[in-house]
Amino acid sequence: MDKLKRFAVDYVTYVVKGSPAFYAWIALLCALILGLLYGTYLHAADGLRYTGLTDQVHDGLYLANFVFLVGIAAGAVTIVFPAYVYHHKALHSVAVLGEMLAISAVLMCMLFIVSHMGRPDRLWHMLPIIGIYNIPNSMLAWDTLVLIGYLFLNFIGGFYYLYKKYTGQPLNDKFYLPLIYVSIVWALSIHTVTAFLLNTMPSRPMWHHSMMPIRFISTAFAAGPSLIVLIFLIVRARTRLWIENSAIDLLATIITYCLGLALFLTLSEVVTDLYANTEHAMGLQYLMFGMHGFNDLVPWFWGSLAAMIVAFAILLTPYWRTNYRLLAIACILAFCGIWIEKGMGLLVPGFIPTPIGEFTQYFPSTLEIFVTLGNWAVGFLVLTVLLKGAIGILLGEIAYAATAQDKTISGNAEVSIAPELT
Amino acid sequence: MHVTNKEKICNQQSPAEGCACSGQAPGAAPADNVSSRRNFLKSAGMLSVNSLLGTAALMTMSDDARANMDWAEWFQGNYRLMSDEEKALARARLERRYSREYGKAVTVDGTPAQEGVLMGYALNIKKCIGCRRCAKACVEENNQSRGKDQEIEWIRVLKMEKGEFSKEKMNQGYPEGLGIQVGGNAYSPAGVVLEGEHYYQPEAVPEKGSVYMPIACMQCEKPPCVKVCPVRTTYREADGPVVIDYNWCIGCRMCMSACPYWARRFNWSDPKLPKEAMNPVTHYLGNRPRMKGVVEKCTFCIQRTRKGRYPACVEVCPVGARKFGNLLDPNSEVSRIIERKQVFRLKAELNTYPKFFYFMD
Ligand code: SF4
Ligand code: SF4
Repeated sequence: MDKLKRFAVDYVTYVVKGSPAFYAWIALLCALILGLLYGTYLHAADGLRYTGLTDQVHDGLYLANFVFLVGIAAGAVTIVFPAYVYHHKALHSVAVLGEMLAISAVLMCMLFIVSHMGRPDRLWHMLPIIGIYNIPNSMLAWDTLVLIGYLFLNFIGGFYYLYKKYTGQPLNDKFYLPLIYVSIVWALSIHTVTAFLLNTMPSRPMWHHSMMPIRFISTAFAAGPSLIVLIFLIVRARTRLWIENSAIDLLATIITYCLGLALFLTLSEVVTDLYANTEHAMGLQYLMFGMHGFNDLVPWFWGSLAAMIVAFAILLTPYWRTNYRLLAIACILAFCGIWIEKGMGLLVPGFIPTPIGEFTQYFPSTLEIFVTLGNWAVGFLVLTVLLKGAIGILLGEIAYAATAQDKTISGNAEVSIAPELT
Repeated sequence: MHVTNKEKICNQQSPAEGCACSGQAPGAAPADNVSSRRNFLKSAGMLSVNSLLGTAALMTMSDDARANMDWAEWFQGNYRLMSDEEKALARARLERRYSREYGKAVTVDGTPAQEGVLMGYALNIKKCIGCRRCAKACVEENNQSRGKDQEIEWIRVLKMEKGEFSKEKMNQGYPEGLGIQVGGNAYSPAGVVLEGEHYYQPEAVPEKGSVYMPIACMQCEKPPCVKVCPVRTTYREADGPVVIDYNWCIGCRMCMSACPYWARRFNWSDPKLPKEAMNPVTHYLGNRPRMKGVVEKCTFCIQRTRKGRYPACVEVCPVGARKFGNLLDPNSEVSRIIERKQVFRLKAELNTYPKFFYFMD
């Protein structure tokens, strides 16, 4: 217990200390979070009226970011899987960073769901134990449960690992490995269920096809590791933790495969839908070419496609892929391309036209953009802190032995607090 | 684009005052608390007579007690799972809140599903003239939000073209030169399809060359909206209607995505419901005033039909295109229509089994 307390104290003291650049970064994130707070206040006070949403297109930026971030959370498994199943040494030593990313991504998912809800004050209706779940029928109910489960798995797995590193004790493999294997399968489940959330509704023909889960997984396993590669490059440049080239190269290979698959699936969808061009293809047609003079989404689609193709071309060429500057560009392109593809390219045109053939365009309001940036800022704040702590422990800068001499002081503190509590 | 026919509504509503607002007098600030308090005191006596549940004693609560009351509403459970006493309490609580807010004696009924009744609806598309009186009557009966800011209509009347084919287009089309594979007369809609225009602004109805098809919630027997609701807010009642517990809805809008008939509406902000126009005879699962952030839709006027009355749209239809009745009673009007006429359901291929039928003479 005492050790655990020391762990918490050391961890917090370590992560709050940093260079001016670190504080500037935190300050920037906090400024963005102010926007989120204001937006959340307006949502709570007046409802969702300040969004660009309508009865026709009633899910937008918030739900799109949710869907995307579930993919990022699941994408963290691209570190954990090679590390523990293929015993990839370089990844094994930094696998815990993947778990930290997963925790932050799931947290962002939850924030976006709260922003999306019309009645965030009734969130308790869907919390475990006190709420009610429409299980097994409702996909959103399942999604909530698997996400909460994934958060716990990664939190327990990640911090158990860090704690053991901190105290210098060996891991208990009987406890730890099953946790890891379960979380690998679980990662697949969260994004599959999210795909089922959308594609099980024949009322929205653009989504109603069996390809959605695999497409989600493939885009997630491209966008997730893209972000991880970028994080790794930053970590290498800005901290003393060295991440091996082999780890980055393996992730680049995974991105290449998954991006290729995603592009192939996009092509399949386009051909399948547009060949016969039935009424059910109207959403896709609207997205790609516009219809009846409405063409807001057209640049998004082609922009995203171009980004993904360029990224794929860079990744496919070994000479370019191993140039980490170009690799970073490819990762940024893949990440942004997929973000657009899942939001403006998938969620929004699913609602256009409506089931009765009405075309309504959607464009996010300024407030929606602020709230979205704010939610991302919270996520990056958590991610920064978690990564900093984890790196500190991996480097041995936070370690139990190093602070053991303070033990008596903490013991005294415990004694002095106890009477007050009773 | 989203175009609404709001002007029309405003004109019908209160020609003198312009757009719908709470105003006792033109230009008065909308929904001021002072006047609502005054009205509340005035009507307190009325309510104590009206209320079956003896809520009069609670009407004289202090402000603190009122705040507590809203907390109690926040903590209340899912209506379908409440005991009868809890249901009665929840309704009494709402009656007090609504009476206070709207300055009149509001009743919130809880009549349960009636034995041996399965509500069904039949609509004669040949008769419909597209006047949209049903849509307006529905708004008034069911306390929908109105006015510029947030206009909600549950019934939409779709206007569709009878179709047009031209001699000039016979040899047009594409690909050219190699034998036309898509004829020039393709892509001109004709007859009854679901896609239609519902913001039409005619001089007079019916318009030449148009057919009309009103739609609203189909009260599906196998409702996809119910299946996707994560917290069991929306559910099918034994006598047929699919209802929503507005106090349990978390506003996730999954049901709106799942409905293939675009029947559900969302309260993007607090509904704009003028006090004087508010219909005080309500049902918990029906037309009671909604709040921001929840979904709503047609309930077959549950507050009327469970008391043996017709839905408002049936009553108001000037050409008798709308028929309502008990599907289990072979002599009811709708049963006889299904028996004798050729009826169809919209999007039957989705297996939602609507209890709303269309027919033609
Ligand atoms: S029409 Fe739509 S809202 Fe009504 S019961 Fe069917 S699916 Fe639900
Ligand atoms: S919006 Fe309300 S009724 Fe609809 S699915 Fe969500 S909780 Fe259920």
